[in-house]
Amino acid sequence: MGKLWLICIASISILLPFLCNAFSPETPTDRRVLVLLDDFAIMSSHSLYFNALKSRGFDLEFKLADDPKIALQRYGQYLYDALILFCPSVERFGGSIDVAAIVNFVDSGHDLIVAADVNASDLIREVGTECGVDFDEDPSAMVIDHIGYAVSGTEGDHTLIASDDFIKSDVILGGKKIEAPILFRGIGHAVSPANSLVLKVLSASPSAYSANPKSKLSTPPPLTGSAISLVSIVQARNNARLLITGSLSMFSNRFFRSGVQKAGSQIKHEKSGNEQFLTEISKWIFHERGHLKAVNVKHHRVGETDEPALYRINDELEYAVEIYEWSGTSWEPYVANDVQLQFYMMSPYVLKTLSSDKKGLYSTSFKVPDVYGVFQFKVEHQKLGYTSLSLSKQIPVRPYRHNEYERFIPAAYPYYGAAFSMMAGFFIFSFAHLYSK
Amino acid sequence: MATMPASASDLFKSFKLKTKQQELLIRVSILCLVYILAFITRLFSVLRYESMIHEFDPYFNYRTTLYLTENGFYDFWNWFDYESWYPLGRIVGGTLYPGLMVTAVLIYRILRFLRFAVHIREVCVLTAPFFASNTTLVAYFFGKEIWDSGAGLVAAILIAICPGYISRSVAGSYDNEGVAIFALLFTFYVFVKAVNTGSLAWSLASAFGYFYMVSAWGGYVFIINLIPLYVLVLLITGRYSMRLYVAYNCMYILGMLLAMQIRFVGFQHVQSGEHMAAMGVFFLMQVFYFLDWVKHMLSDTKLFQAFLRITVTCAVAVGGIALGLGMVSGYISPWTGRFYSLLDPTYAKDHIPIIASVSEHQPTAWSSFMFDFHILLFLFPAGLYFCFKRLSDATIFIVMYGLTSMYFAGVMVRLILVATPAVCLISAIAVSATVKNLTVLLRSKNKVVQTGSTKGSGGSKSSSKALLDQSQPFQKNGAIALLFGAFYLLSRYATHCTWVTSEAYSSPSIVLAARGAHGNRVIFDDYREAYFWLRQNTPQDAKVMSWWDYGYQITAMGNRTVIVDNNTWNNTHIATVGRAMSSYEDEAIEIIRSLDVDYVLVVFGGVTGYSSDDINKFLWMVRIGGGVFPVIKEPDYLVNGEYRVDKGAAPKMLNCLMYKLCYYRFGEMLTEYGKPPGYDRARGVEIGNKDVKLEHLEEAFTTSNWIVRIYRVKPPNNRW
Repeated sequence: MGKLWLICIASISILLPFLCNAFSPETPTDRRVLVLLDDFAIMSSHSLYFNALKSRGFDLEFKLADDPKIALQRYGQYLYDALILFCPSVERFGGSIDVAAIVNFVDSGHDLIVAADVNASDLIREVGTECGVDFDEDPSAMVIDHIGYAVSGTEGDHTLIASDDFIKSDVILGGKKIEAPILFRGIGHAVSPANSLVLKVLSASPSAYSANPKSKLSTPPPLTGSAISLVSIVQARNNARLLITGSLSMFSNRFFRSGVQKAGSQIKHEKSGNEQFLTEISKWIFHERGHLKAVNVKHHRVGETDEPALYRINDELEYAVEIYEWSGTSWEPYVANDVQLQFYMMSPYVLKTLSSDKKGLYSTSFKVPDVYGVFQFKVEHQKLGYTSLSLSKQIPVRPYRHNEYERFIPAAYPYYGAAFSMMAGFFIFSFAHLYSK
Repeated sequence: MATMPASASDLFKSFKLKTKQQELLIRVSILCLVYILAFITRLFSVLRYESMIHEFDPYFNYRTTLYLTENGFYDFWNWFDYESWYPLGRIVGGTLYPGLMVTAVLIYRILRFLRFAVHIREVCVLTAPFFASNTTLVAYFFGKEIWDSGAGLVAAILIAICPGYISRSVAGSYDNEGVAIFALLFTFYVFVKAVNTGSLAWSLASAFGYFYMVSAWGGYVFIINLIPLYVLVLLITGRYSMRLYVAYNCMYILGMLLAMQIRFVGFQHVQSGEHMAAMGVFFLMQVFYFLDWVKHMLSDTKLFQAFLRITVTCAVAVGGIALGLGMVSGYISPWTGRFYSLLDPTYAKDHIPIIASVSEHQPTAWSSFMFDFHILLFLFPAGLYFCFKRLSDATIFIVMYGLTSMYFAGVMVRLILVATPAVCLISAIAVSATVKNLTVLLRSKNKVVQTGSTKGSGGSKSSSKALLDQSQPFQKNGAIALLFGAFYLLSRYATHCTWVTSEAYSSPSIVLAARGAHGNRVIFDDYREAYFWLRQNTPQDAKVMSWWDYGYQITAMGNRTVIVDNNTWNNTHIATVGRAMSSYEDEAIEIIRSLDVDYVLVVFGGVTGYSSDDINKFLWMVRIGGGVFPVIKEPDYLVNGEYRVDKGAAPKMLNCLMYKLCYYRFGEMLTEYGKPPGYDRARGVEIGNKDVKLEHLEEAFTTSNWIVRIYRVKPPNNRW
């Protein structure tokens, strides 16, 4: 087993550029998590969530956001694998942390959970902007839904809403369907249209809008309907995963435990969907699910085993790659029927779906096109919820050598005949001419 | 020749040599000296700089030669180079003239066999001077063939130091032309010899000379068009002979078969428009011969006239139909753009910007004629006069060679090179004939004075001179004055040639030299600095995008893959790069990413005042890019038809990628005392956009004098 491990590590290190190189690429699940809080009361009021994380083996470190000793890295090494910002009102981080430090943290492949709230500070808004979401600019605005609110004992201003408009992805939200709606009370945000990576996981219903519940609505609200995102995620290009939400209270024990009944619905759920939803999505955020790796990329001519330095036009070749998915504890074979291989030069000359043996091995064989140039084997597997697999390997394709052409083609026989008959004729003619007299 | 002057002959008598032997000795020693002179006058560049390869194309030739020495001939022949023209690649073996490389490697192998431990680079550097020396020998024999051995000697001397030839054959200028001029002159010489003698052997030799020329340079097209033209002229002027028939037919058929063995030429030799003239003349020759034969058989002139009419009509009709059918069916390819631009100097400017953009394809200025030929420019017409006076098959040839090549030299600067041998030969005839006439005059007059009635050994010529003498009393003094004048002119020529060679033609152009403020020499070695940086600091498979001029150097010295290079075979690819350079950065980055480019290299002369940089070449990028992608429009980069980079420049100009890459961080730099920051010394203006910000590219390396700037392409934003 140990040997196999070594081989795996070696092959991974070769494929490092293609893979998530966040933490240890071999066990991509986060371990050390820094939690920044506004005050330590949140530790107890949100203990259910934290305990769920701890029980899955995470090492949580709680700090006040303005603690002057906090730092994300020391001596150029990151101290944490992930960061949770449960500090919506912090104006300035303590220590060496600022927005740029958080952005660098993410850009070097680490995960981030940001929970804003009503009256979120500019700092948290800025972090949100860097992640591709824009919180409602009015600091006291909340998401209000007069139709999709959660029925509660005290008839209120409909700021506690029950939403069940989830993204449709088993990878992100787990295989088990979330039956109960999610309780949400907080600020809404919109995903930036310029950002192609940010996704709405939980959207508000079409009747929702974002406004200050205490004042009268004088102008049309800037954010309305399902454009309002309640919870968004980003999977960065380096596979760092981010979660942004406008409600800190949705993580709280109170929301976890309380029952929910959506207005206009007869079904009263004993327990809100918050716990299931947030636990499942934290599994995704911390790479316990949906993390792929590709190893053992092999290609060779049919009938050979060694990888050639370059191919010739019209060669038959075989291509194989092994793809595994991280299950949280071990690498399991990734099973899909839509992994495609491109044989690419400016545009794909060959596009084939790789066939899988259900044990992680994907392979195909094809004929090199009758075009020479510098090609690439490209596997671009980008599937919702999964880390993006992007393998490319450059391989030149050369034309025939001078002695690789067919030598005796039937079409040439008339010319051979002509040449030889000419030679013979010339010989006879010379002979006759010289000796006929 | 007449006898030697008394004192010299006394000296030679002491060696107990006969007159003929003395002459031979002098001739051989002169030739030896010329041979050495031709070699050493081309070594200025090695002494000034170092033993290095010059310019652009020679770097490709050097790289291929290196490949040939390392991998052998068959790998070279089949070489598919995937480091250039990414991602298309280039079949190098099939798209070059291998003569130069094979020659260099052959010399290298011979030296190795003789136990000289030389590096292939030294051989490459010295190949061109070596062949220049050989050319002087050929010039001697050629001159001897068309005039006499005196003219041959003068021709050898003239061509040994003629700047027009030196410009392409200094040490380090490892280019096809270095070998090709030798091959060209050799082919012509042997062909003229074959025409003069009618010998199959000489004709065969000219076929092989032609083969060598085809293997060495694309300029062989000149031979295969000039010789048929010459044959045609001989036919028209009634100089048709059996000698000509043998010489041309053998040379054409064998030369064609041999030329087709060069992969780059192949079937072009029988299919392309440029070669059709030779084939037409070949058939015409057969018709001529046939008619000659019929005329010989038919005694009746009237009958022959009728027959002639029918045959000529038929032949022309058949030829015309064949040509028409070939053209229509596409079997015969039309003339290439390069060929068109030779016949019509304005063609390239309107239709093929990529040909017009090359500086050596520009029409020649008068000054460069003067620069390259000096007194030969005046001697050339005089020589033509002498040639016309003594018209023969050989002199007709040299006259035609001289006139056609002079025309081509006027069309394109680089073709001065082709004209040089002809100009030297014809001028040599002028010099030799004049000097000879003058000396004969001097000596015969002496004889007339001394011996009165005896007319000497000069025969009818000196007798006529003697008659003239009596009518012109100051002739002797006049002749002496003229002789001195001639020697003065020739000595001026020698001085000029040496000066030009040392000052103008010995610069490697990859290392730049300038005079510093104190008159000292300043060396800018930025190119090699940049290429060395690329070689040392970038990934092995990094792709570098630059304008095509620097492609060969980047692959040869930087050992990195390039998108386009000096082998401009794919206009679209070059236009794509031109488009990227002339677009805004966010449009350019799409093109750059689609070509998998990792680094972008630009050449910038604003700090040093180096004027042939990318900003000055930029309009060509726009034109070439616009030729394929009409979104790029030249007027967008001009203000009232004027090209400028200062505040008044066009907004698109100020924000295109090339401008940004060249002037990035330049706005804060003081280049010259008393000028504002951001003062561009190459164009003498303060730049218009000093606040250049790059979004998708970042500066990776800038050489010490800012001549080469390399930018890294940033990966896409992580979170967007």
